[in-house]
Amino acid sequence: MPPKSLYNEMYDASGAVRPHYTAFHEWLSHTPAEKIAQNRQAADLMFHRVGITFAVYGESSGTERLIPFDIVPNVIAGQTWDLLSRGLSQRIRALNAFLHDVYHGQEILKAGVLPREKVLGNSQFRREMVGVDVPGGIYAHVAGIDLVKDADGQYYVLEDNLRTPSGVSYLLENRKMMMRLFPELFSAQRIRPVDHYPDMLLETLRNAAPFGVDHPTIVVLTPGHFNSAYFEHAFLAQQMGVELVEGADLFVQDETVFMRTTQGPQRVDVVYRRIDDDFLDPLAFRTDSMLGVPGLMGAYRAGRVTLANAVGTGVADDKSIYPFVPDIIRFYFNEEPLIPNVHTYMLDNPDDLAYVLEHMHELVIKEAQGSGGYGMLVGPTSTKDERERFRQRVLDAPERYIAQPTLSLSACPTFTTGGLAPRHIDLRPYVLTGKSVNFVPGGLTRVALREGSLVVNSSQGGGVKDTWVVD
Amino acid sequence: MLSRTASLLYWMSRYVERAENTARILDVAYRMSLLTKDSDLQDQEWFAPLNITGTLFPFSGRHSLVCAKEVLHFLALDADNPSSIYNCARQARENARTVRGTITSEMWEVLNATWLEMQNMDEDRMYAKGISSFFEWVKERSHLFRGVTFGTIRRDEAFQFARLGTYMERADNTARILDVKYHVLLPSVTDVGGAVDYYQWSAVLRSVSAFESYRKVYRDTVTPLKIAELLILRDDIPRSLRFCMRDVADILRTVENRISLEATRQAGEIHASLQFGRITDVFDYGLHEYLTRFLLSTDRLGAEINSSFFAPQLKPADEP
Repeated sequence: MPPKSLYNEMYDASGAVRPHYTAFHEWLSHTPAEKIAQNRQAADLMFHRVGITFAVYGESSGTERLIPFDIVPNVIAGQTWDLLSRGLSQRIRALNAFLHDVYHGQEILKAGVLPREKVLGNSQFRREMVGVDVPGGIYAHVAGIDLVKDADGQYYVLEDNLRTPSGVSYLLENRKMMMRLFPELFSAQRIRPVDHYPDMLLETLRNAAPFGVDHPTIVVLTPGHFNSAYFEHAFLAQQMGVELVEGADLFVQDETVFMRTTQGPQRVDVVYRRIDDDFLDPLAFRTDSMLGVPGLMGAYRAGRVTLANAVGTGVADDKSIYPFVPDIIRFYFNEEPLIPNVHTYMLDNPDDLAYVLEHMHELVIKEAQGSGGYGMLVGPTSTKDERERFRQRVLDAPERYIAQPTLSLSACPTFTTGGLAPRHIDLRPYVLTGKSVNFVPGGLTRVALREGSLVVNSSQGGGVKDTWVVD
Repeated sequence: MLSRTASLLYWMSRYVERAENTARILDVAYRMSLLTKDSDLQDQEWFAPLNITGTLFPFSGRHSLVCAKEVLHFLALDADNPSSIYNCARQARENARTVRGTITSEMWEVLNATWLEMQNMDEDRMYAKGISSFFEWVKERSHLFRGVTFGTIRRDEAFQFARLGTYMERADNTARILDVKYHVLLPSVTDVGGAVDYYQWSAVLRSVSAFESYRKVYRDTVTPLKIAELLILRDDIPRSLRFCMRDVADILRTVENRISLEATRQAGEIHASLQFGRITDVFDYGLHEYLTRFLLSTDRLGAEINSSFFAPQLKPADEP
């Protein structure tokens, strides 16, 4: 297979600047290199001072690191984003409909759109949620949809994140930083604002309150300050003006959730939880969880408190369900998906398995239930040895893996030690679902800083960029 | 405010205040030891800081000998001593990190910078800096933190609980420092009222920065009775027991909740006895006995504050 040409976000195939990058390119070529270098340093200093760090698992405890920030934005044309946002909205409405269905009538299973065992046998399918009605029928209040662009410039959905997607604080801080360092860029063109995200999130959570609660008390539930995303939990709580609580701050009595305050117990109506299902309630899930709240699940099932996101959303974003999302959209809305999936081989299918084992060097093979880029093989950059080891793992449990063609991933000019050079990026828009589906324009752009690397995860040496939707 | 947040703020301030007072106690012990020529007696002086901070037992579990070097290390730098200055700086910073959204960024930055510098401190660096300069530095960081707190934070519950911690810890520490003379032996009975006695008492005064105040208030030579009066019963000396307990009682009235009435009552009772007490009665009762009783009553109050505001066993039994 001949190497696919690279899609460059700033330049077209002939080397001309794409229209939506004109203003930035103009600025870049007229701004002295020293000023840019100076501002890049200023950005690093400021991020350090504010303490926008993330903890790295597996390194000595308390390791705090900065996510590298690159000042060249990922610019998206307004019309492109408008189309994209319709596609995201369609997808998230379908996934919410799917979640409601699999925990109620299971019409989609009766119709045979997906195999029953893929859903009911999935470890993320929560029997505790069967028949439970959640306010507004909304399960994924906050979703992060990972998008990538292939060589043809077409966006594809790489992954849905419907559990506790993180990263939105970087989106907000990146924008703040860019406006501070380069205000002239923001007066040169109309860049759609993003800083109202916390207000939108608060509104979404208010709308999710149990029936009859007009002035809900909302909290953000964090696993604590050793968690890698603790900065974000604290940031969002502060921006929304709500309490940031740990499991031990909450208790349940008579199927009602209270937080312990200096003025006595105070009732809690909506919990924006950033703890996985497994750790939420030691009485319902993992009994060894020290992070959760005993009895929380009981209060939730009784409709006395709303959890956002709902329990059991993992069954809709699992990589083994992902290949069926286009069919899910067709089933509920009788519409064609507006944003396509990346073609996916399911290794429990013998034909797919045979093909994948033949073509390991061209494909990306992923664990169906992994995250963070740890359990994957990137074929083209792998060694023969790595492929052999992965082949064995796949053969031991083919149902645990999926494979996809290696997308070339679009590249965006990025400052490197050797000057500006193209680096691969992806895009994670955050989708909020309340009475309607809402977003802030754009999303979090992640960039693989190592040359040729396709892995953008911050835990694997990725960085971030500001994302501009320009009109 | 979340109970956990209130508790973290309260202890954050207690740790800062404790670090400062430990530095004060060690500084006095160090100065006193310089006054004594006899090396046996010199080592004697170093029992006092251990007695005051209540750490003689854990110390002797790990050291056979009480001497300047060992005690200084144990109380200032030892990572295994939970109440060393080192660990107070660590704990205060850790608490601040957890409640960063509640305190001001200036408060965080002071504690963070203090800890970063403390982390790099070892015996060699401490001696190179000079023992007294090291204690000066600890005191200055504490002053800075208090100043930044007063100068930046909103007058809300967070401010009240942070102050509550400061005054509870300070009352405890002043009582312990004042009791030091009970633990420090004079060379012989005939030395009572002598030069060594005088220097020891004035060292107590200096350790709580009250020497100048004493001169202004009494215009008299230093006597134990007046020193005790100054540090126990005066309400215009910021480290006196009465001053601290007045603020504790005030704060508890401000943050009062449905189950904190007993804490408010206890604080009021302690304050009243300081407000209306006479120093001659204190000495008739015995200074050491009086201070011991005071420490017991503030311990009880601390436990009451804990169960009224911070404790996990709050139940919404009387929820309206």
